[in-house]
Amino acid sequence: MTTSLSPTRTSGLAFARRFISRRISWVPVFAAVFILVVMFVAAQAYFGNFLTPRVISSLLLDNAYLLILAVGMTFVILTGGIDLSVGAVMAFTGMLGASLLRDGLPVALVIPIMLVVGAAMGLGVGVLVQYFGVQPFIASLAAMFAARGLAFMVSLSSIKVEDKAILWLQSTRLQAAPGSWSITPTGILALLTVVVAALVLAYTRFGRTIYAVGGNEQSAKLMGLPVVRTKLLAYVISGVCAGLAGVAFTAYTGASYPLNGIGTELDTIAAVVIGGTLLTGGSGYVLGSMVGVFVYGTIKSAISFLGAEQSWTRITIGALLLVFVVVQRIIVARSRRR
Amino acid sequence: MTADSEVPPVVEMRGITIEFPGVKALEGVDFTLRAGEVHSLMGENGAGKSTLIKALTGVYTIASGTIAVSGVERTFRGTADAQAAGISTVYQEVNLCGNLSVGENIMLGHESRVAGRIDWRSTHREAARHLENLGVQIDTRSLLSSHSIALQQLVAISRAMVTDSKVLVLDEPTSSLDRSEVEQLFGVMRDLRDRGVAILFVTHFLDQVYEISDRLTVLRNGKLVAEHPVSEVPRAELISLMIGRELDELQALSRASVRTVDRTDAPVLSATQLGRKGSLNPVDVDVYEGEVIGIAGLLGSGRTELARLLYGADRADTGRLEMHGRPARITTPRNAIDNRIAFSSEDRRAEGIIGDLTVAENIVLGLQAKRGWLRKVRNPERVVAEYMDALGVTPADPHRLIRELSGGNQQKVLLARWLATAPQLIILDEPTRGIDIGAKADIQRKVAELSNAGLSVVFISSELEEVLRISQRVVVMRDRHKIGELASNDIEVADLVDFIAHDTIKKPESVA
Ligand SMILES: Nc1ncnc2c1ncn2[C@@H]1O[C@H](COP(=O)(O)OP(=O)(O)OP(=O)(O)O)[C@@H](O)[C@H]1O
Ligand SMILES: [Mg+2]
Repeated sequence: MTTSLSPTRTSGLAFARRFISRRISWVPVFAAVFILVVMFVAAQAYFGNFLTPRVISSLLLDNAYLLILAVGMTFVILTGGIDLSVGAVMAFTGMLGASLLRDGLPVALVIPIMLVVGAAMGLGVGVLVQYFGVQPFIASLAAMFAARGLAFMVSLSSIKVEDKAILWLQSTRLQAAPGSWSITPTGILALLTVVVAALVLAYTRFGRTIYAVGGNEQSAKLMGLPVVRTKLLAYVISGVCAGLAGVAFTAYTGASYPLNGIGTELDTIAAVVIGGTLLTGGSGYVLGSMVGVFVYGTIKSAISFLGAEQSWTRITIGALLLVFVVVQRIIVARSRRR
Repeated sequence: MTADSEVPPVVEMRGITIEFPGVKALEGVDFTLRAGEVHSLMGENGAGKSTLIKALTGVYTIASGTIAVSGVERTFRGTADAQAAGISTVYQEVNLCGNLSVGENIMLGHESRVAGRIDWRSTHREAARHLENLGVQIDTRSLLSSHSIALQQLVAISRAMVTDSKVLVLDEPTSSLDRSEVEQLFGVMRDLRDRGVAILFVTHFLDQVYEISDRLTVLRNGKLVAEHPVSEVPRAELISLMIGRELDELQALSRASVRTVDRTDAPVLSATQLGRKGSLNPVDVDVYEGEVIGIAGLLGSGRTELARLLYGADRADTGRLEMHGRPARITTPRNAIDNRIAFSSEDRRAEGIIGDLTVAENIVLGLQAKRGWLRKVRNPERVVAEYMDALGVTPADPHRLIRELSGGNQQKVLLARWLATAPQLIILDEPTRGIDIGAKADIQRKVAELSNAGLSVVFISSELEEVLRISQRVVVMRDRHKIGELASNDIEVADLVDFIAHDTIKKPESVA
C-alpha cells in the first residue's frame, strides 16, 4: 500500500502549486529583484539618464567590498548568527596590509596575511560563540572593538598604498567601449566570491549543513551533522571575506584609514536582509544578498543624482529594511499556515 | 523467532547510570541487544527509555557504566560517532529541519557526490527509493515543513535506513502512524532483522510489541525491572511490570461513549459545507453540548485539516460556521479563542512547548493568553495542581523546566494547558500520542469527566479503540472527504476499520 499525500493531478494549478512548494524560499529574493527593478524604472523615469551602462557598472564597482562582506555575512546569518565585526576587521586588515606594503613586504605575501588575519578574527568570534556560549551579537561586538583598536595601533593616520599590484586591481578597466560597460579586477573578484559561495552553499555538504544548523540546531546535532565545525567555519568565512574586502577597499581608495568602514557592518546586514535572508537563519541565498547590495547601491546613486545629502541613503535603507522584515514575517507566517 | 542466546550481543550496556541535576534518570541499568532480534524497551512515561538510548549514542555522558559494541568497549561522542560504528537512531521527537526539502532531510550527510559536488538528481532519487521502501511516494523536493507530522516521522525513519547499520534504534517511531504505515514499517523491520540487524524498538502500543518483538526489557523509574522473551510475558504481567501495580482500574474504565447526549438545543458548533481547496472537500459536522465527536480515518485523510478549519488555523474557502445556532466568524485562532474554542495540535513541539519555562508556567500560559496579559490569573497554583494531578504528570514538580520532562509528560502538560482554559469546545488532535498506557487511561477519564460536565470535544486519534471508547459519534474521513458518520455504541473496532476501507459495515449476518 502506498500513501500519497500530495495531489497527484497534473493540472496547471497542481504544477504551479508544486513549483511554489519547492521554491517558497526563493520568494523573498524575487521580491528583492522586483524592488530593484521598480527602483531602476522609477529612477530612469525621473532622471532620464539613470539606466546607462556606466551607472549600472558602477553599482558593482563602487560596492565590490560591500558585496564581498555580504557574502561572508550571509553564511553567518544562515546559521542563525550575526557578525558585527566585519567593518572593523576590513579596516584593520586594510591598515595592516598597507603598513606591511609600506615596510616593503611583497604583495604576494601581504594579501595572504590579510586573509589569514581576517580568518583568525572570525575564528575568535566563532570560538567565543561555540565554546564559551557568548551571544553572537556580543562576541562579534567584542571583536569589532578589538579590530578597530588594532587598526589604530597600526597607525593613527591614513597610509597611502603605492603597490602596483594593489592599484592595478582598481585602475584596470576592462571596457567594451569608452563610457560603456566596464569592470575592474575588484569587481571580478567580488563576482567570483559570489559564485564560489553560491556553489558551496548549494552543492557541498558543508553548505547544506549551514542551512540545517540555521533551520534547527538541535535537530542538526541529533542528525549527526558536524554542527560545531560548521558554525566555526561560517565565522571564519565571514572573517576571510572581511580580509578580502580589506584588499578591495584599499585598492578602491588607494589608501587605508583606521576609521574606514564604520557602520559598514550594518549596511552589510541590511543588504543581506533586503536580499531575503532570514535573520533567524536557515533561509536565504548569496544571490539574494547580491541583489540586496545592488538595491543599496542604487539608492546611493539615486541620492547622489539628486544631489541630496548621503544621509538619505541610510534613511531610505532603514525604511526598506523595515518593509522587508515585515514582508518576511508575513511570508513565514503564511508558510506556517500551510 | 526468538534470538539464540549463543549469538554474541551487538550492544551490551552494563550498570548505566545517568544523572541530571536533581534526578537520577537511570540507575545501574543493564541492557543487551543481539543481532537479528527486535528488542522492545518498555516503561511508563519518564521511565528512562529515551535516556538509555541517548546514553548509547553518546548524546548524554554516562556517570558510570560501560557500553560495548560487538564486544569492544566504546564511548561515543554523539550521533555521528555512533553512526560510524553502525548504530542508526531515530530519536523520539521528530528531529529534522523543516526548512530543507524532504529528500535532503533523508540524505543530509550522505548525499551522493561527484568529485565533492552534490549530485542532487541522484540524491533525490536515492531519497525517493528509501521513502518508497516505507510505502511513501511524495515529491522529495518539497519542503519538509509542508508535510504532516506522520509523514515527517516516516521521513525520519527513512533517514535511519540510509546507512547500512548493524543496529537500528527506533524511539517511538509509530506514535503518529496509522495501521497501514505501521505494517509497512514492520515489514521493513522484519526484513532487516532477518538480515541480522539488531533493532531496538520503543512504543507504548502493546499490540505492536507483541506483534513485532522477540524480546523485551522493562524499565521503571530509571531502574531495570526485567528482561524476557516476549512469548513468556503475558500482557497483564507486562503492564504490572511497567507500572509496578496491578492494572484493574484500566479494565474498569468502560466505554465512556455509552451515554446519551441531549441534542435538543442547537449544537455548540455546527459546520456546514466547510472546506478548503486542495486540503478538504466540504464537510458537515455538528457538535452538541457535552458530546465527544471522534474523527477517524487514515493518515492524510483530512482529519487534521478539518480540525484546523474548525479552529481557524487555516482559512476555509467554502461553507459556514454556527455557534449555538448563530452565525459565527472563525477565521483566525484568535476568533476561536474568543469563542472559547481550544485546539491542541498534533505538532506540539513546534506549536506548544516553551522549553525554558517551568511546567506551571507552561500550563498557566493558556489561561494568561485568554485573560489578556495585564490581568493576573487568580490562583494559578490550584489550577496547575489540579491538572498535573488529574493527568499524572511526573515528576510532580510544577517548578521543573518543561524541557527536562520526558516526551510523554510534556504532552500531558500541553493538554493541561488547554483544558485549564475552560473552553466550551476543545479540539484534541492525537492527544494521547506517545503517552503510556496508564496515563492514556487518565486522559480518557479526564476527557469523559469534562464532557459529562458539559464540555464538547472533537477527538482525533489514529487509535480506533480509543476513538470508539471515548466518543458518542464518529465522523469517518477518507481522501479528504467525510464518508460517513457512525454512532459509536453499536459498532466495534473491526466495523470501523471496514467502514474506513469500504464505506460499509460488513456484519457477518449481512454477508450470509
Ligand atoms: N535534559 C534533562 N534534564 C533533566 N531531567 C531530564 C532530562 N531528560 C530527561 N530527564 C528526566 O529523566 C527521566 C527519564 O526521561 P526519559 O525521557 O528517558 O523518559 P522516557 O522513558 O523516554 O519517557 P516517554 O515515554 O515519556 O518518552 C524523566 O524523569 C525526565 O524528567
Ligand atoms: Mg521517551
